[in-house]
Amino acid sequence: MLDLLWLVPVIPFIGFLILTLTFGKLPQLAAGIVGAGSIGLSFVFAFLAGSSFLGAEISSYSQTLWTWMSVGDLEVGFTLYLDGVSLVMMYVITGIGFLIHVYATGYMSGDPSFARFFSYMNLFVSAMLILVLADNLALLFMGWEGVGLCSYLLIGFWYKDPNNGYCARKAFVMTRVGDAFMAIGLFTLFVSTGTLNIQEAMLEAEAQWVVGSGVATAVTLLLLGGAVGKSAQLPLQTWLPDAMAGPTPISALIHAATMVTAGVYLIARTHVLYLLAPEVQYLVGVIGAITLLMAGFTALTQSDIKKVLAFSTVSQIGYMFLALGVGAWSSAIFHLMTHAFFKALLFLTAGSIILAMHHEQDIFKMGGLRKDLRWSHALFLIGTLGLVAFPGFSGFFSKEEILATAMENHDGGYILYLAGLLGAVMTYLYSFRLYFLVFYGKKTHDGHEVMGLHLQGPLVLLAIGAVFAGFIHIPVEGVFPEMEEHHPSVMAQAAMILLPMLGGLLAWWVFVKGKVDTEKLAGQGFGAKLHRFWFTQWGMDWLYDKIIVTPYTWLAEVNKNDFIDSIYNGSARAVRFCHEVMSETQTGELRWYAISIAYGLLLLVVLGVLL
Amino acid sequence: MILVWLITILFAGGIGAWLSEKRNPELPRVIALATILLDLFLVVLMLVAPGVLGLDSASQAELGQTGEWLILSSSEWIPRFGVAFIFGADGLGLLLITLTVFLGLMSLGSAWNEIKERTGFFYFNLLWTLAGVIGVFTALDLFLFFFFWEVMLIPMYFIIAIWGHENKEYAAMKFFIFTQVSGMLMLLAILMLVFFHYQSTGEFTFSYFDLLGTAIPDGFGFWVMLGFFIAFATKLPTVPFHNWLPDAHSQAPTPGSVILAGILLKTGAYGLIRFTIPLFPEVSADFAPTAMLLGVISILYTAKVAFSQNDLKRLIAYTSVSHMGFVMLGVYAWTSQGVQGAVMTMLAHGFSAAALFMLAGGLQHRIHTRQMDKMGGLWGVAPKMGFMAVFFTVAAVGMPGLGNFIGEFLVLLGSFRISIAAASLAAIGMVVAAVYSLIVIQKVFHGENKNNLVVEDLTTVEMICFGFMMIGLLWMGMYPQSMLNMSEPTLRSLGVLFFQ
Repeated sequence: MLDLLWLVPVIPFIGFLILTLTFGKLPQLAAGIVGAGSIGLSFVFAFLAGSSFLGAEISSYSQTLWTWMSVGDLEVGFTLYLDGVSLVMMYVITGIGFLIHVYATGYMSGDPSFARFFSYMNLFVSAMLILVLADNLALLFMGWEGVGLCSYLLIGFWYKDPNNGYCARKAFVMTRVGDAFMAIGLFTLFVSTGTLNIQEAMLEAEAQWVVGSGVATAVTLLLLGGAVGKSAQLPLQTWLPDAMAGPTPISALIHAATMVTAGVYLIARTHVLYLLAPEVQYLVGVIGAITLLMAGFTALTQSDIKKVLAFSTVSQIGYMFLALGVGAWSSAIFHLMTHAFFKALLFLTAGSIILAMHHEQDIFKMGGLRKDLRWSHALFLIGTLGLVAFPGFSGFFSKEEILATAMENHDGGYILYLAGLLGAVMTYLYSFRLYFLVFYGKKTHDGHEVMGLHLQGPLVLLAIGAVFAGFIHIPVEGVFPEMEEHHPSVMAQAAMILLPMLGGLLAWWVFVKGKVDTEKLAGQGFGAKLHRFWFTQWGMDWLYDKIIVTPYTWLAEVNKNDFIDSIYNGSARAVRFCHEVMSETQTGELRWYAISIAYGLLLLVVLGVLL
Repeated sequence: MILVWLITILFAGGIGAWLSEKRNPELPRVIALATILLDLFLVVLMLVAPGVLGLDSASQAELGQTGEWLILSSSEWIPRFGVAFIFGADGLGLLLITLTVFLGLMSLGSAWNEIKERTGFFYFNLLWTLAGVIGVFTALDLFLFFFFWEVMLIPMYFIIAIWGHENKEYAAMKFFIFTQVSGMLMLLAILMLVFFHYQSTGEFTFSYFDLLGTAIPDGFGFWVMLGFFIAFATKLPTVPFHNWLPDAHSQAPTPGSVILAGILLKTGAYGLIRFTIPLFPEVSADFAPTAMLLGVISILYTAKVAFSQNDLKRLIAYTSVSHMGFVMLGVYAWTSQGVQGAVMTMLAHGFSAAALFMLAGGLQHRIHTRQMDKMGGLWGVAPKMGFMAVFFTVAAVGMPGLGNFIGEFLVLLGSFRISIAAASLAAIGMVVAAVYSLIVIQKVFHGENKNNLVVEDLTTVEMICFGFMMIGLLWMGMYPQSMLNMSEPTLRSLGVLFFQ
């Protein structure tokens, strides 16, 4: 069944073609069946190919479809590559993708552009699958750009609101900044190793590069540029919260479960290069640590339910980067998978809440909803427990692995560990703040749960995953270097588990007991300034606006008429001016001509004498 | 002879179209369609079944040139000055001829319902422009080449000056002066080259093959090269010779814009690849850093100017200059990837820019404005048009899977080997292209339809045209190898640096 691997990305693409080329003529039911069905079918083939891959006990499988480009020494095949890591990614994308698609048939029901929505979604899944199945970086880049395009199209899906368009463009352009770095990284890698094939390039690099050499540092830094753009890490993280303008299933699929983790995948995929550039690898960890803390603080100040979740996504991806930084490659992929479950669950449940509240997203206008929305409450609680890494839930296993590895890492890992631990406290705090504000406290608005098998069905399955995914063993042994088992002492483990819970306790104390007047705290003096600082993402949007956007638009506006044109028009005017002066002399009067000739002669004589 | 036939058919069809208007003003477009279809048929035959036309190895051996020349024919014209009818096509030429005839058909499609006045003379000009372009792509005698260079210019001037929009005289005159002045420089350079060749060999000849490797006295080489370079750089165009283009494009009728952007610009790139560098390899190598710098400046500068335009056609025109900057960069890198990328960019930009101009022209035809601040929310009333706009914009931005990406990727990769700085700066083009492109989608198709514009969605003819161009771009993006294989022997014979 392995030779059917190519069908996995192709089926969603066919779905996209069907939905697009019918130009919205397809009835909603048919569009839903094509849209969700294609992903379901793709999952079936992914499963078949995956199980025969695992059954065959081979370390990797590649399938060349055709030669994409062959120019001089550049050889790029349209080649798919399956190993443990791409297998995990493929399952996450098609499996969770399918559940989100099914949910979306309910969530988007009645939207006039229902088919268009699913056509973009299918294209996204197809591109994402190409990204993770590519055997070379050029093909990976194709998927990489493809998911970026779909992200743009889907954020701006409700195109009538100009703000959605702004958010969509911001996402596309900011990630493209990263992509430009990544492209240069590819060129550098190619010139140095002579190939864009990932496995060959890594072998070649291992053989040629000196650890910490300039080329290793350059390539890994440039690839990191692409990764931070796509995965919304410092300093290119500010687009992700705005991406929440898109419909909620998009936020779940693209901006939580799959696309934004592509950066993690890229670094894990090319981990050999990072091992050759230890400083850059450490930088990956540092970026992760700082991002996870910054996003944690910002999440604490947000009032839009989706934005809180968005910042928590940024923060969780920060954990994955931290894991990559300390060499916990498989833990990063593991956390990627568990995160996909509980974050998709949280987003989709948030979507249900938003539907129940008639498209209200402000958590301060919610409250006390645990009675009205029993399903959403239970599901959201499960997701929250996964997110905060409550013992026994999926997030617990992956996050503890990361923290344990960081703690035992001797090359500056301890400081990363402390950041991660503090971040864990913050995760409890902002997660339970969200949970308590929505489901506890005084009820201000009534909510009516929107029920349906296609809404709650996927949620229940995701919830099962959010609880039990931690017990899944991911088959990545052959891919990453062997890692020694970390067994922190009982005390350390207890600290790791219990300390963060203080955050939850604090949230309960503040938001349920009401012991602290948060409005007063955030409303005046230093508290207000701090709140504002955190709320505005530490002023980074403002900074980018001042140093890039404003100068660029100013420059463009000033030179709207293209100053080079005025040079040509100026010369044309000069010629015309001469023409006019000359034609003035042609008066047709004999006297004037006679005088001109006389003065001309005089001038010549004078000149002749003088010279 | 097949190449001569291609050109003759177009010339004859043009005259026929002009004469037929007296009988019926509907007739010229039918004659034009038949003419182009006949040419297209021959071109397809050349591509898929060259044996039918007798284009096998035997007929290629003329003039002692073999190998990369698929078709070559020559006969005397003015033997006293060594001027001859030498026509030839190799893989590169064949690709560009195909592009020309295909886009000629597209431009006919866009003229079909738009051009109502003086139809006979219009289609005459259209077909003669195409004939001139094919002549440029096939002439291998520099005198003949210059002749066709002029043939494609003058009918284009009429198309802009007669069927253009509100400021047509100014635009047409500007187009004419820029092209003519730079063309004169080229003529001067050709004459100098011929003269130097005469000096060293005692023989008058304009033949491309004979002039290759001409010994030029020290100090003159650069100036002769510059004559060619300026003519081609004006046509391409590259900053700072680009100012004719925004006016010409925005004032030309849609079919004129399609031909200008889709085909005419490519003659400049072709000239650089075929003539400027092979005729003057050493001085070109010295000049390459400057040319690459001009390419990078074109990419970034015009992308910025494009961003601030309100006139939709003018914006697209500036983006054309930006994309042609990649061509300049790749050609002067003179590496296999760089030049192959330039060729792919020429082909793909031909499709995407032609399609975008057709969309802009279609919009202007429907709502009588090109100003984007008067548009908005058109997706709601014309979703097919919106979809096409997104598709071709995305192609132009360089989305992998579509042709333009292959071109830009190869150009960047090929020039990165020569100059890390130039390639890295050009890569910023990826970002700014996104900035100016997406703003178009926003201003025209997204947002609220505030002015309650009623726009008829794309017609069947338009859908067919766009459909063909979509398939073309997808083909180029997914299986570029089919085209790369065609141009590769040409580039090898021209001495492009291949890495193995």
